[in-house]
Amino acid sequence: MDKKVLPVIEFKNVGLSFDNNEILKNVSFEIEAGQFYTLLGPSGSGKSTILNLISGQLSADAGEILFDGKVINNIPAESRRVNTVFQNYALFPNMTVFDNVAFGPKLKKMPKDKIKAKVREMLALVKLEAFENRAIQELSGGQKQRVAIARALANEPDVLLLDEPLSALDYKLRKQMQSELRAIQKRLGITFIFVTHDQEEALAMSDWIFIMNDGKIQQNGTPVDIYDEPINHFVADFIGESNIVNGVMKQDYLVSFVNKDFENLDAGMKPNEPVEVVLRPEDLDLVPVEQGKLIVTIADQSFRGDFYEITAIDDDQNEWKVQATNPSTVGARVGLDFGPEDIHVMRFNESEDDFDARIESYEGE
Amino acid sequence: MKDNTRAKAFFAIPYISWLAVFVIVPIALLVYQSLTNAQGNLTLANFHEFITSDVYLPMAFNSVFYALIITAITFVISFPAAYVLSRLKHRQLWLMLIILPTWINVLLKTYAFLGLLSKSGLINQLFATLGFGTHNLLFNHVSFIFVAVYLELPFMLLPIYNSINEIDPDILKASRDLGAKPVNTLTQLVFPLSINGIKSGIQAVFIPSLSLFMLTTLIGGNKVMTLGSAIELHFIVTQNWHMGSTIAIVLIFAMAVTMYFTRERGKRK
Repeated sequence: MDKKVLPVIEFKNVGLSFDNNEILKNVSFEIEAGQFYTLLGPSGSGKSTILNLISGQLSADAGEILFDGKVINNIPAESRRVNTVFQNYALFPNMTVFDNVAFGPKLKKMPKDKIKAKVREMLALVKLEAFENRAIQELSGGQKQRVAIARALANEPDVLLLDEPLSALDYKLRKQMQSELRAIQKRLGITFIFVTHDQEEALAMSDWIFIMNDGKIQQNGTPVDIYDEPINHFVADFIGESNIVNGVMKQDYLVSFVNKDFENLDAGMKPNEPVEVVLRPEDLDLVPVEQGKLIVTIADQSFRGDFYEITAIDDDQNEWKVQATNPSTVGARVGLDFGPEDIHVMRFNESEDDFDARIESYEGE
Repeated sequence: MKDNTRAKAFFAIPYISWLAVFVIVPIALLVYQSLTNAQGNLTLANFHEFITSDVYLPMAFNSVFYALIITAITFVISFPAAYVLSRLKHRQLWLMLIILPTWINVLLKTYAFLGLLSKSGLINQLFATLGFGTHNLLFNHVSFIFVAVYLELPFMLLPIYNSINEIDPDILKASRDLGAKPVNTLTQLVFPLSINGIKSGIQAVFIPSLSLFMLTTLIGGNKVMTLGSAIELHFIVTQNWHMGSTIAIVLIFAMAVTMYFTRERGKRK
C-alpha cells in the first residue's frame, strides 16, 4: 500500500475505558480510501469499539481520531460521513423497505424524485428491486441484511462500517453475501471497514486486516502476510490452524525444536534466543518413516470433505495437526516432512515495528 | 382431549362466576333501570330526557372535555418523561418513585391535597411569607385538573415507558447513524414504535377521567359537574335510579367507543 496517500481515517494513540476497564489501549492506525479493511478478533477484543468510535456512537478518552485529516473527536455521529450496517440489522419496523432506505436521503431534504431514484438504485445494488413496498416483518434474514446495506449506502458515505453483519446468516448465504459485499465495495470504490470474529471471512474478503486482541492491534497486513508471517502466538493461533512448539534459535537460519536442529529462513535474533515455532498443518507431509524429519504416531483422523484432518503424536508427546489429501491408519508410525520455508519462527513480545525492521535487516542482505 | 376441555372449563369457573356476579348482572340491572320509569313500565323516556334536557348533554360534553384535558396534560408530561426515564442509569429506582404513590389510597392523597391547598395550607403559608398574600387555591377548575393529573399520571407514564423501553437501542443508534437529530428520531421512530403504550395510557387515563366524581366534590367544590358526579347525585341524593342508570349506560357506551379507537392494532401490513 502506498503510504503517501492521505488516510481517510487515522487513529492517534486512542484510548477508551469503561468503569476502570481499558477497552482500547493506545491504538494508532491509518485507513486509506477505497480499500476493504477488516477488524478481526475474538469478542471483547475492542474491534466493535473502534467502529463505534469512528461512527461517533462512542467518544474516546484519549488520543485523536482524524477524518480526511481533520480531528473529529467532537463531531456528533449524525454529522459524520460514515454509515453503519448493524449486526442485528436494526431496521425500522414501522416503515416499509422503501422508507427504510429513504430514511437518510429524506433527512437530507433531497427532492422527492431524487430520493426515489436513489432508493431504487440502492435496492438494485442489493438485488431487492421488487421489495420496495414490503414490510420489514415479511423479509427473511438475508433480505433484511440487504436492506440494511442499502439503507446505509443510500447516504453515500465515504466509509461504510459493517459490524459483524453476516454472523446471523447460515453458511451458504454467508458465503454468497461475502462475495456480494466484496463486489459492491469494488463497484462503489468506497472504504469498507468490516468487523468479524470469523478468520475465514476476514481472509476471504479483505485487502487489509487488523488483528485485535485485548484492546490492542496485534498485527496488521494483507491476508497473505498475516497468514504466512504471524507475529505472535495469538495471531498464529487465531488465524488458520497451527502447530506451535517452543524452540531455540541457535544462530541465523538454524532453529532447534523437539530436540532436533532444522534449517530455516529466519534471522536477526540473538544466538540461542528462545522462540516459538509455527508449522501450518497443510505444510506438513506424511511420508515413510525413513524419509521423515520427525517420527510420529497417528492418533486420530477425521474426514473434512476436501481433506483429512490427522492428529499425530511425536516421541516427545507433542501433538501435530496435519492436513492430508489421502487417508492414513490410526496407530501407524509415519514420518513428517517439511521444508525450511515451512518453518516460521516467532520471538516473544516482539512488536510489529521491531518485526518489520528485523525482516528488512536480513532480507535486504 | 375431552379431559383437557373439561379441565379448562373447570378452571374457568371462578372467573366466569366473578364476571357474572360483578359485571354481567350489574350491567343488566343498569339496562333494566334505564329502560323503566318509577312505575316499573318499559320506556325510553330516560334517554329522551338525557338528549333533550339542557342539563345532561352539556354535562356529558363537560365530562369529555375535562377528561380530554386531563389526558392531554398527563400525556404531554409522560411521553418525554418516559423517554428520558428509559435512558437513565438508575431507571428502576426512578420508576419506583413514580409507582410508589399509586400504592397509597386515592382518598388519602386527595385529603392530602385539601391540606396542601387550603387557606391555611403549606402553599398559602409560603405565598404569605413571600408577600404574595393568600389565595383560594381549592374548589375551582384548575385545582380539580391539577389533582386529577397528579393522581392519573403514573397510569399514563408506565405503559408508555414500557413500550419505549422495548425499542431495540440499535434502532435509535441506526437513526442517529443515518443523520437523524434527536427530534427526528423521536417523531419518526420513538413515537410510532411506542404507539401501543400511548394508546394503553390514554385508555387508562381518559376512561376513568370520564367518571370522576369524588374529586369534583372534594377538590372541584362541585364547580365541575361531570357524568360521574351526576350519577352519584341521582343514586344517592335524588334517589332517581332510573336516570342515574341511564347516565351510566351512556358512560359505558362512551368508554366502549374510547376502547375501540385506542385498541391495539396488529402489525402493519
